[in-house]
Formats: sequence, structure tokens, C-alpha cells
Amino acid sequence: MAAPNDRKYSASHEWHQQQGDVVTIGISRFAVDELTDVTYVDLPAVGKKLDAGKRFGEIESVKATSELYSAVAGEVIDVNDALKADPSLVNQDPYGKGWLIKVKAPGADLSALMDGAAYTARHGE
Amino acid sequence: MPDLKRTPFYDFHLKAGARMVAYAGWEMPLLYRGIIDEHLHTRAAASIFDVSHMGRLKFTGKTAEPFLQRMCTRNLAKGTVGQSMYSLVCRDDGGILDDVIVSRFDNHWYMVCNAANREKLLAWFATHKDVPTIEDETTKTAMVAIQGPKAVPLLDEVLPEPVSDLKRYHFEVMRYMLMIQFTVFRSGYTGEDGAEIICGTTAANLAMNYLLKSEGEHAILKPAGLGARDTLRMEAGMPLYGHELTEEVDPLSAGLEWAVDLQKEFVGVAALRRIAQAGLQRRATGLLIDGPRSARQGMAILQGDKHVGVITSGAMSPTLKRPIAIGYVPVDLAAPETPLRIAGATGILEAATAALPFYKRPGKVR
Repeated sequence: MAAPNDRKYSASHEWHQQQGDVVTIGISRFAVDELTDVTYVDLPAVGKKLDAGKRFGEIESVKATSELYSAVAGEVIDVNDALKADPSLVNQDPYGKGWLIKVKAPGADLSALMDGAAYTARHGE
Repeated sequence: MPDLKRTPFYDFHLKAGARMVAYAGWEMPLLYRGIIDEHLHTRAAASIFDVSHMGRLKFTGKTAEPFLQRMCTRNLAKGTVGQSMYSLVCRDDGGILDDVIVSRFDNHWYMVCNAANREKLLAWFATHKDVPTIEDETTKTAMVAIQGPKAVPLLDEVLPEPVSDLKRYHFEVMRYMLMIQFTVFRSGYTGEDGAEIICGTTAANLAMNYLLKSEGEHAILKPAGLGARDTLRMEAGMPLYGHELTEEVDPLSAGLEWAVDLQKEFVGVAALRRIAQAGLQRRATGLLIDGPRSARQGMAILQGDKHVGVITSGAMSPTLKRPIAIGYVPVDLAAPETPLRIAGATGILEAATAALPFYKRPGKVR
């Protein structure tokens, strides 16, 4: 399955979808499959300021714990609360209902990230 | 994946949709449908695991028994033909080289060891005197584990002789027609009843397809991977080499005193007698963690702010639906329900010690 082309991908497997001033962040299908069943997602509080390239949370699976990185700087304006009750949404729908956070990042430049085709070529989704 | 060995079931795994990973030099299935799904299916019904990566060593000759008695912590003389015994192989200082299952056949002995330790053990054995003939049968044979509450009833229907007649840790050599010979052991590594079967590589896939294509009741058997095997053994409180067991740990501290006979002579016995005499410093214990976050191997165990131990395994338990862990703590903190803390990567986890195992199958005595 190809990574959708309507968003950009970092080397650490987070997708970033820019809509106006807001960037929504999640993780790729490839990353989810590597993690196996997700059991917990540790996300920042709304209002938290993120730095580009810095860790914003952690995701735990049955097998391992991994760090989450944002490629953009900005303020967290929404987190996916549905993941508290059902972290497996990340497994079921990583590009949709399994999104992680929304960041207010006016003018964020995502041009250094990979598009869906480049990411797919690299990770053979 | 280059330089990795493949088991006879490699094509089967790919067809079944497995995600393959490198494990101890082998290309093995981590999962097929999902670790939690496969774990829960094993607890509720029955799963089949490819464990052909495990080392299989055959010992023959007059010196086989005295040699294995010197290499193993367990008193093998107490076992009869047809019986298997769990044992440790230790260094002179009591450090664990491997945990193994040793089986006594009519005219030979058989050892199943960890994949990662097979070559190390062969090298270790070769440094001793009166070494018997040791044949490494690992790549000449295949091994599967069939585990779960429905495993034995299923095997009773498909095998020429009933597995339910075998006692735990006993085995029997069976034959289909005259051609196909295999050995069925009533043992496993999941906390469930079941069997482990060793057969030749040529018969392996015939057997796998036969087992999985069975109709009706038998259709419950599904493949499970190494991921589920790990969470199942953790719930069952079973140690894993490289986690609970290493060369820096002795079997007494690991809680395996039942597999050590300090009355007999074996490599490491002097050191283990000294450790037993002096009293243990630390001990393996279970830990139940509050909240949703899991502990992982290497995390520090704290009492207050004081570093008192280390986590060796940890995961979200699919059966208990809460995080469980195994770790080493000072003996005076090992009593159940001792409150302790675990230093996670980004914060403190509150925990309490708990007796192992976390999970016992219904009706199991020990």
C-alpha cells in the first residue's frame, strides 16, 4: 500500500499534513507495522510549544516504546483524545482516525520532508 | 535478509502473511495477524509456533550420561527413558550459559537449547574431558510447538497415539506408516498445555499443512509468531535467555533452584553452593505496574529515589490487560506487594512486586 500523497513524511516516520496554519501529525503505516499492536500513546497537553525536530511524545506497543518527533515548531492546539480509550486506532487507521496531534505552525516549511511517493520508494509500503 | 538461516517453514510463513524478522541468526515470523490477537487465541484455543530455530543436539556414546550430568544443574539420573528435564548449563562461577531441555532416549540423549547459544554451548562442551559424540541436528530437523487449551484434544485426534496419555515433560517417538518418524514432547513455553514436535525437514511441511487444513474443530489451530511467544512466556513467568538469564546471573537468584541439584557434582556447583550458603543478594520477581505505560528491559527499579534493581522484561499483558514486568531486586524487597518505582524514559512508573507467574492456566497445579 502506498503512503498517501496528500501529506509529507519525515525520516523518523511521522506524517505531517498542512492545512492553512495547522499541521496535523501522525505516524506512517510502515511505522505502525514495525511497532506492532499499539497499547499507549503519550501525547503533549494542548498549549505545549514544540520545537522542530524535537521529541513531542512516545508511542508504546506490546513489543517496544518509540519516541515521536515533530518536524515543525509550533503550539499544540489539539490532541487525539480517542487514543486514550482505544490506542489501536493507530493500527487500524494511521492516516485517519489514528492521527496524533494538531500543531499551529503558521508558514511551516515542509519542503525538506518526503512526499508519499518518495517515502513509499524508501520503505516499500 | 542476507546471512540469515531459514527454517523449513519459511515459505509457509510468507504465504500466511507473516512479518519476518532477524532473530538469533534466523529469519523468523514475528507475527501473522497481530501479537495480541495471536496471544489471546493461544490462551483461548490453540496456536502453532515454528520453533525450528532452537538448537537440537544429540549426544551418543558411553560418556553421554556422565558428561551431561557434569554439564547440567539438574540431576538427570532421576529421569527415566521417555522423560525430559529442564536444566541450566553454568560456567564455573555459576553464571548461566544457557537454559536447556534434556531428554533421555533409549540409546542417546537429546538437548534443546536457545538458538543464540547453540554455537557457544558446542564450543563450551568441546573444552571438557570425555566429550561424547555430539551431533548438531538443528538444520536437519524442524520443530513446532502447538499450545493452548485445545492443543492436546486436537493432537489426540490427528496423531497415531494420544498425547493426553503423556505426562508433562514426557515424550514419545511416533510414526506415520513406516516412513515418517517424529517425537512428541508434552511441554511448551506459553503457560498452556500442549506439545512440541520434532521431525525431519522433509516431513515438516506435510505435517504443518495437515494440521492447519484440518476441518471442523481443528480449524481453530492458527499460526502464532515470536511476538506472542514472548508475551505468553512473560505472563507464565518463564525466563528468557538474554533477559532474565545471562552469564552474569546464577540460577538461584533467577528463581530456578528447583532445576539445580546442589547434592550432585557439576560445573558451577561449588560457586552455587557458596551462593546458597551466603544467602542470595537479589532475586527475580514479577512486577505489576499502575497506569498504562510499560516497563522495558534495562529500566532501573527504584525504592524511593534509590536505585535497587533492573527490569529484564516488560510488556502490556494481553490477558491481564495491564503492564507486567520481570526484574531483579534485593531479596528483602522481593516479597509480593512491595511498592517500588520504575524509571521510565520520560517519567516514573509506580509498581509493586508480584509473585510469578502472572498467569496460570485453569486446573494447573504448579
